[in-house]
Amino acid sequence: MSPPQPPRRPRPKLDADNRAFWTGGAEGKLNMMKCGDCGEFTHPPRQICRHCQSENMAAVAVAGTGEIDTFTINYQAWMPGLEVPFVIARVRLDGVPGVVLTTNVVNCDVNDVKFDDKVKVAFDEQDGIWFPVFEKVA
Amino acid sequence: MGQNTEAYVTGIGQSEVGVRLTRSPMGLTKDAIMEALADAGLTLDQIDGVASYPGKSHGYLGFSPVGVDEVIEQFGIKARWHSGAAEIPAQLSAIASAADAIHAGHARHVICFRTVYEAAAMSRPEEFPPLRREHVEGYSQWTAPYFAISAACWVGQYAMRHMHRYGMTREQLAQVALNANRNALRNPRARAITKKPLTMDDYMAARMISSPFCLYDCDRFSDCSTVIIVSAGDALDEVKATPVRIAASAGRVDRWSWDQAEWMASYATGPELWAKTDYKPKDVDTVQFYDGFAFFPISWLEALGFCEIGEGHRFIEGGTRIALDGELPLNTGGGQIGAGRLHGFGFAHEAVLQLRGQGGERQIPGDPKVAVATSGGGPLAAALLLARD
Repeated sequence: MSPPQPPRRPRPKLDADNRAFWTGGAEGKLNMMKCGDCGEFTHPPRQICRHCQSENMAAVAVAGTGEIDTFTINYQAWMPGLEVPFVIARVRLDGVPGVVLTTNVVNCDVNDVKFDDKVKVAFDEQDGIWFPVFEKVA
Repeated sequence: MGQNTEAYVTGIGQSEVGVRLTRSPMGLTKDAIMEALADAGLTLDQIDGVASYPGKSHGYLGFSPVGVDEVIEQFGIKARWHSGAAEIPAQLSAIASAADAIHAGHARHVICFRTVYEAAAMSRPEEFPPLRREHVEGYSQWTAPYFAISAACWVGQYAMRHMHRYGMTREQLAQVALNANRNALRNPRARAITKKPLTMDDYMAARMISSPFCLYDCDRFSDCSTVIIVSAGDALDEVKATPVRIAASAGRVDRWSWDQAEWMASYATGPELWAKTDYKPKDVDTVQFYDGFAFFPISWLEALGFCEIGEGHRFIEGGTRIALDGELPLNTGGGQIGAGRLHGFGFAHEAVLQLRGQGGERQIPGDPKVAVATSGGGPLAAALLLARD
């Protein structure tokens, strides 16, 4: 028997709130929902600002850089074929105060990930969803 | 004389706790209800309220296979008040809601129950189909795409941050599991879950799940029903058990999020609990803290002011202060790590046993009068302050 294929990433259902976030990678953009009135970001993204209740919201491309806020090295294969270990992290985004993204830190040894490491976004595309993942900045 | 609208725990019951049990979920629920009624000296026709968390979980039956409506129907309860809700602060909020219903005069004797069947359900997938969805929706869309599928991955990140900021070590974290193991070995109802002593060497050699958590830092799926009966103060002459007053309850979340919130909801809930009572942390004789993962009790110690924030791991270091004969006995029945994932209600059950002096081989010494029971972690948090007057 051949080993199971690595699983696909669980897919979000696209809607008006989240589409720009999950598809922005097609243009190389990390899009975050920003209020045109108070200037604050709302994440998870919504059509109404969670800070001032304005409906003047738009997805804007942010720098895509940030720092490791915290992380865990995951060793358990939660799905058949899932390759372990791998890093799950929360990344503080530059220029997006108050927001962290849960993500994977990829393309490095799991033991090389440290708190406050600088990272930048990359995209892992699967069937039209562009999953923002992060790499360490050399 | 005014009415006594205080709320009291007057009966507790629990089914067998097992792994892959074959008795039905309603059968287990019946076992727990009957034990609690006998404990209280009440009969079904005196019950006029029913509460549970989170209500029947239709998409994933093992998580919550029995709903409030079904219990009302099965046992012929003439319910003047009932609630089976998921969007409340956490598991024990079902008991807090019952207390509120008592305060308001909506009911006199409320059965609060939580039935779990995850181990059995996983072993019988044809009968209990696992959750399969084409898409991840709701909050899980922000975590599951990164294979952060278990709460171990979400909570592990809070625990890792504690290590980084405050210097928590795995040896300190281990005290939660070692304490749970010692206490569970004295708990007859934990025998299906904990069978042999755990050493620090065993702990350090265990396989990792999601750092810093190893296998022993995680609670274990089990099958069980737990029942807490809450009664009105002016109905106490109808019950025979020693009543334990629900002196205060709290549950608070500032952001319902497993990642955007810098602090888990426990940290807002702890001060909220003390704001509602004249009791102080120094009055507490035992704490029963939710331990779905071993970091949670450490966070509850800090959140409830038993130590400063960032000191919880030092509080439990070496395990003596939280042992059965220590200054603040923790999870005296083994918690969920040692005695099974009863999903919150086990902590209230154990607190009441201890306050009544019915802990058997695990009874804490002295004359305990005040306990705190909590449930939840991450964006879920509820705390009950229980007192024997």
